Amino acid sequence: MSTPVSRQSLGDWLTSEQPVSRSQARLGQIWRTWKLFSGNRLGMVGLGIVVLLVLVAIFANVMAPYDPLLGGDLRTERLLPPSWEHLMGTDDLARDIFSRVVHGARLTLLVVALVAIIATPIGLLVGTVSGYFGGWVDTVLMRITDIFLAFPRLILALAFVAALGPGIENAIIAIAITSWPPYARLARAETLTIRNAEHIDAIRLQGASSPRIIWGHVVPLCLSSVIIRVTLDMAGIILTAAGLGFLGLGAQPPQPEWGAMIAGGRRFIIDYWWVATMPGIAIFAVSLGFNLLGDGLRDVLDPKAGK
Amino acid sequence: MSAIPALTEGRQRALPALFGKASRLLATIAVTIFGLLVVTFLIGRVVPVDPVLAVVGDRASQSTYDKAFVELGLDRPLYVQFGLYVEKAVTGDFGESLLTKKPIIDDIARAFPATLELATVAILIGTLLGIPVGVWAAVRQGKLVDQVVRIIGLLGYSAPIFWLGLLGLLVFYAKWGIVAGPGRIDISYEYAFTPTTGLFLLDTAMQGQWAAFRNVVSHIALPAALLGYFSMAYIARMTRSFMLNELAQEYVVTARVKGVAEWRIIWVHALRNAAVPLVTVITLSYASLLEGSVLTETVFAWPGLGQYLTNSLQNADMNAVLGGTLLIGIIFVGLNLLSDFLYTVLDPRVRRRS
Amino acid sequence: MSQLLTVENLRIAFPSRKGPVEVVRGVSFSLGRERLGIVGESGSGKSQTGRAILGLTPVSGTATAERLEFDGINLRNASPRQWRKLRGARMSMVMQDPKFSLNPVMTVGRQLMEAVKLHGGKTEARDKSLAMLEAVQIRDPERVMAAYPHELSGGMGQRAMIAMMLITEPDLLIADEPTSALDVTVQIEVLRILDRLVTERGMGLVFISHDLRLVATFCDRVLVMYAGRVVEELDARHMDQASHPYTRGLLNCLPTISGDTRPLPVLARDDAWLE
Repeated sequence: MSTPVSRQSLGDWLTSEQPVSRSQARLGQIWRTWKLFSGNRLGMVGLGIVVLLVLVAIFANVMAPYDPLLGGDLRTERLLPPSWEHLMGTDDLARDIFSRVVHGARLTLLVVALVAIIATPIGLLVGTVSGYFGGWVDTVLMRITDIFLAFPRLILALAFVAALGPGIENAIIAIAITSWPPYARLARAETLTIRNAEHIDAIRLQGASSPRIIWGHVVPLCLSSVIIRVTLDMAGIILTAAGLGFLGLGAQPPQPEWGAMIAGGRRFIIDYWWVATMPGIAIFAVSLGFNLLGDGLRDVLDPKAGK
Repeated sequence: MSAIPALTEGRQRALPALFGKASRLLATIAVTIFGLLVVTFLIGRVVPVDPVLAVVGDRASQSTYDKAFVELGLDRPLYVQFGLYVEKAVTGDFGESLLTKKPIIDDIARAFPATLELATVAILIGTLLGIPVGVWAAVRQGKLVDQVVRIIGLLGYSAPIFWLGLLGLLVFYAKWGIVAGPGRIDISYEYAFTPTTGLFLLDTAMQGQWAAFRNVVSHIALPAALLGYFSMAYIARMTRSFMLNELAQEYVVTARVKGVAEWRIIWVHALRNAAVPLVTVITLSYASLLEGSVLTETVFAWPGLGQYLTNSLQNADMNAVLGGTLLIGIIFVGLNLLSDFLYTVLDPRVRRRS
Repeated sequence: MSQLLTVENLRIAFPSRKGPVEVVRGVSFSLGRERLGIVGESGSGKSQTGRAILGLTPVSGTATAERLEFDGINLRNASPRQWRKLRGARMSMVMQDPKFSLNPVMTVGRQLMEAVKLHGGKTEARDKSLAMLEAVQIRDPERVMAAYPHELSGGMGQRAMIAMMLITEPDLLIADEPTSALDVTVQIEVLRILDRLVTERGMGLVFISHDLRLVATFCDRVLVMYAGRVVEELDARHMDQASHPYTRGLLNCLPTISGDTRPLPVLARDDAWLE
């Protein structure tokens, strides 16, 4: 397999019209998508922001000059304006806001990742099962989905958090519970189009069980469109999480969650604007990044919807 | 010739079809509202807060506790409890608020007009700006205007609304003083008029209290502009994509062939077609303003449903939270219904087909 | 014969990732008050040629010509205003599928009357529309006026479309595959109506189609287009004199009732024709 690479350039191998293996074809497909995507300037900016978020989250300990939870001297270091010492100033407990924002990246990433990990499989499962079996299974599952869709997302999340108690774990669960219905709808629609495809019939004739067909053959085909949808939703997830934090229902103090930090700085907004403004910029930048990334991905993978 | 029978047939079938559709729709609504009740009921049951303690207080004796336990129906099987819950909910009884000691339905009735007024002004701003901007972007696709509209939209999707609200208060209220601060009206004007509709703009205007009216306007301006901006971003984006789709249709070429002026093609021929899906977008956007109001009202101390909900939440007042959630869910269903209805009115194809 | 339309060296290009692509590459012809057929396969540039005559090349494309004259009016640098005055009033076009070419949310009557009103005639718009619907042999014009396009069958819709395009009595009509979307049974009827109206009113007609036989029976002259060029111009009465191999191929494709033409002939293509 290494010979073609050595003889031609990697690019030629990837764009080969006659791939010799399945993996070459797949890698070539990814390569072409990447080529298209990298031509999309705004999409690349979005990707850059998201990569930066991940790096900041990983290296938070190294990057943050101060401890995010322990403040400095309350007499002299409270509510200091931005300076070289404190890039984003300090808050009312004399904590360095920059360090808190940097550590907050971890919480934000955690929320996004966990919501995606919880909500995507639920949506996929409900959608594919519903679409594959049809009939009353479909009716019941879609009714349930509709009921969840009938609530505004933030308000249902509020009700769940109220029931489960405030905290970042419960906020994640609440957001996940309110996020899956659109994915289920999408997966169902995709399943309906492939359910009667001939290769699925062939597998059925071979005697494969329904769970096996759904898991092994239907889910993989729905996966890519659901993943795009999840990426597009990530900005919304971040904003919802920040909103819950702002209302005091997400991450609890002293955790450096961005929404909660804004709530903390709210009292001082008029005299010490930076306390509430800085974490807001972080939320804004990250959700803008996810929006740009999602838009770019959609432009590349589904050119009709974007333009 | 073959069309004439098809035509009459369609007209004759229209009436029963409409009934069929209406009954199917009613069934859907009934099921959805039933589902909303189940969800709120279940959320209410899994609350770690002991509902009995919430009523009697934690210093009550065991006998008082037991009495209240039976009174609340907590000794009965779950489905009986649910039945009672539905029965009460249907008559508008969601229990009493722990906070205000008033029936929740009354509290909600008082808070709702505030939210309604804010959301309505916001949707007007969003629609009146969003549609022309979206049309403009579509007509000049790929040009500067289009890019600017896209960026405005992206900013709208990405900024946390409560943060923008705070910054808005900082700049427009604290620094420049061109709008009034948090709240719905200054206390000095509060008794200048009698709230009949609960919509202060309407009330003050109808009673000719223009000073009070100006005060209400200066209070509502910032939160409404903010919510309006978010719905404008969404409406403009959708208008743009619908218009691009319509302008590529053959009937647009037909209109050009007839010699119809370009403005008329855009604003009459194409927009009239784009209006059909746009109505859904606008009603959904209206609904999402109710959602956005939870955060906005908190920032602006706006005494509406959103603030009521968050206040109740922070005080673990579950009855109030669930009552409010249920009501907003029902409003959502109602708005969906409205958008379905408007769709049928606007699109002659749906009018007959279904 | 006085020339109604003169086209010289018409070129239409669309941008693509690999630079501009010319879909029409130097088409020239002229037309009097006669019926000219343009035949070609899809992608041959025949429809774009028709649209360019009306100044309706899509914004992404660019159309250039050495001469483009309609009844002595130079169309090459006509202002949008001039175009609007010409279109509808003096030249119009019938398109392929009434399902798409009629505005779905306006009644047929409103669309018809719009055409009349645009070119003066506000008061008699309704009567004129009714009369025109009768002229295209619609028996119940009142009802069709009140109907929405989706409530009409394909043949009905296309007749309404023809009525709308002829109501201002233009001098030139471009018919772009006017019957391709219709049932075979209705096709002939619609064509007959079109033919009669065009002859009665002495209009110039450009009939665009992929169906060589249809064009030959219906027109006076035929242009055969291939890959953006006119490869042959023929008198419709002497189709058998076609010399270009592409035209001959098209003619041989037509099935005959008597003869068994198996194996079915395959249309030959030659890169040399591209030049």
